[in-house]
Amino acid sequence: MESLIFNLFIFVLACFVGFEVISKVPTTLHTPLMSGANAISGITLVGALAIAGSGSGTTATIIGFLAIVFATINVVGGFMVTDRMLEMFKKKKEDEA
Amino acid sequence: METFIPESWYSFLPNFVELAYLAAIVLFILGLKRLSSPATARSGNQLASLGMFLGVIVTLLDREIIAFEYILAGVIVGSLLGAAAAKKVEMTKMPELVAVFNGFGGIASALVALGAWFRVTEAALPAADLLIMGLSVLIGAVTFTGSLVAFAKLNGLIKGNAILFPLQNALNQVLLLVALFGIGWLLAQPLEVAPVLLISGISIVLGVLFVIRIGGADMPVVISLLNSLSGIAASFAGFVIDNNLLIVSGALVGAAGLILTDIMCKSMNRKLTSVLFAKFGGSGTAGAGADTGDKSIREVQSTDVAVMTAYAKRVVVVPGYGLAVAQAQHVIREVADLLQKKGVDVRYGIHPVAGRMPGHMNVLLAEANVPYSQLFDMEEINDEFFRTDVVLVIGANDVVNPQAKTNPGSPIYGMPILNVDEAKQVVVFKRSMNTGYAGIENDLFYNENTYMYFGDAKGTLEDLVRSIKEL
Repeated sequence: MESLIFNLFIFVLACFVGFEVISKVPTTLHTPLMSGANAISGITLVGALAIAGSGSGTTATIIGFLAIVFATINVVGGFMVTDRMLEMFKKKKEDEA
Repeated sequence: METFIPESWYSFLPNFVELAYLAAIVLFILGLKRLSSPATARSGNQLASLGMFLGVIVTLLDREIIAFEYILAGVIVGSLLGAAAAKKVEMTKMPELVAVFNGFGGIASALVALGAWFRVTEAALPAADLLIMGLSVLIGAVTFTGSLVAFAKLNGLIKGNAILFPLQNALNQVLLLVALFGIGWLLAQPLEVAPVLLISGISIVLGVLFVIRIGGADMPVVISLLNSLSGIAASFAGFVIDNNLLIVSGALVGAAGLILTDIMCKSMNRKLTSVLFAKFGGSGTAGAGADTGDKSIREVQSTDVAVMTAYAKRVVVVPGYGLAVAQAQHVIREVADLLQKKGVDVRYGIHPVAGRMPGHMNVLLAEANVPYSQLFDMEEINDEFFRTDVVLVIGANDVVNPQAKTNPGSPIYGMPILNVDEAKQVVVFKRSMNTGYAGIENDLFYNENTYMYFGDAKGTLEDLVRSIKEL
């Protein structure tokens, strides 16, 4: 229970940090913000690694494996597509045909 | 791993892992901070991905991890699929991709929570952990199936309208209660597999029912909300496995999604509760009022528009989703370039719900090489319209409908709109006189200074390019 309360402290404080940081993101960047944030939510991959790799039974390993696949798609795809979008945001039209 | 790291280091390893997690969190926050300007945004995304890389690598150093074959296989499969999707997707399909990724994040978190339970069936998890685990599975699975339904709606696989049936709200509430009952059952019998399956099954159904009743026009709200939920699911999974990195990162994403949800609701003048539980949104029935009577419209051709715009001082382009559907974002940029060469001040005025997700239109225009310094959001551009000679409204309808300000009986009354009617002249590029998503007559089209230019957005803009060149 103590760790739950402690974790709750961290959770609530992190929410406030999130609100502060993200409310400064301009409308122009809301789509990359969402896909980038989405990639960050793939952090659950870290948990999936622990479950798939800890050798605690077939069921847990299969569940962990599936979690790794889904989370990795989220992480790799999310960061890559965000990068692809942000690359397009340019100040001037220099590299135009 | 024993072969790589001296045995004596192991006493320090847990601390090292925790410190590396802290560094990853700092990188995430710095990365998100850099998203506050288009100039630094790309490096911000790279910082965040560096944080992710760090988090994953140090986790693999953990002594708990002994079997690497499944990890390796999973990471390879996931990376290939993720990279392929990211490279191939068209920018117009971005909402679909983000919806799917939201769903994958959600199911991954639900699976992590489930895995934590299946891992330790001999010794029961403490009650607090079981509670959070149940919630984590619930939120993660709802995010998963909800996102898949959102994807299908955006993609046209199922019809975009709200799918309604009697007692829908009541059914959803009962299912939610059953899921919560399942969590209670799990607390009472922590080693029983049945409650775990009950929670999972109900959550999967709930996600479908929850999104299926939401209309296509409200999709920007739904995607934002699912984005938030995917973060919260990750955070709760972090509670279950006692991992600060997950808790903090998930909370950051949860906050981001909530902010965007709030912005989208405000831009559409909708309350979140009415998006989730009421009807309007995509079904074109509300207040369609067939009061078209003797109102007349003025139709123009490309040569007229060319003269109007080429001799104007300032032109504002108001793009809507119709522009993206017609793939006309490159042609409008060509028009803007030609006008700029003639000394016209060209700007883009973008309504927050111009696309199918927050900021979507900006991405589409950026793809067409429109510099972001020409993109103005609603607050910035609204004071400029009365100083504007010509507004080109392309594929937008409800977001320029003066009814939102003038007609208290209109379903969109109170929705913030672009005040294009304040400009000297308005040209509306439109396929036909059909109504927009909200299914409401647009008074703007009958104004004295409004001109209608009918046709497919791409074709009409290409004609306009030719006409301007011929001047």
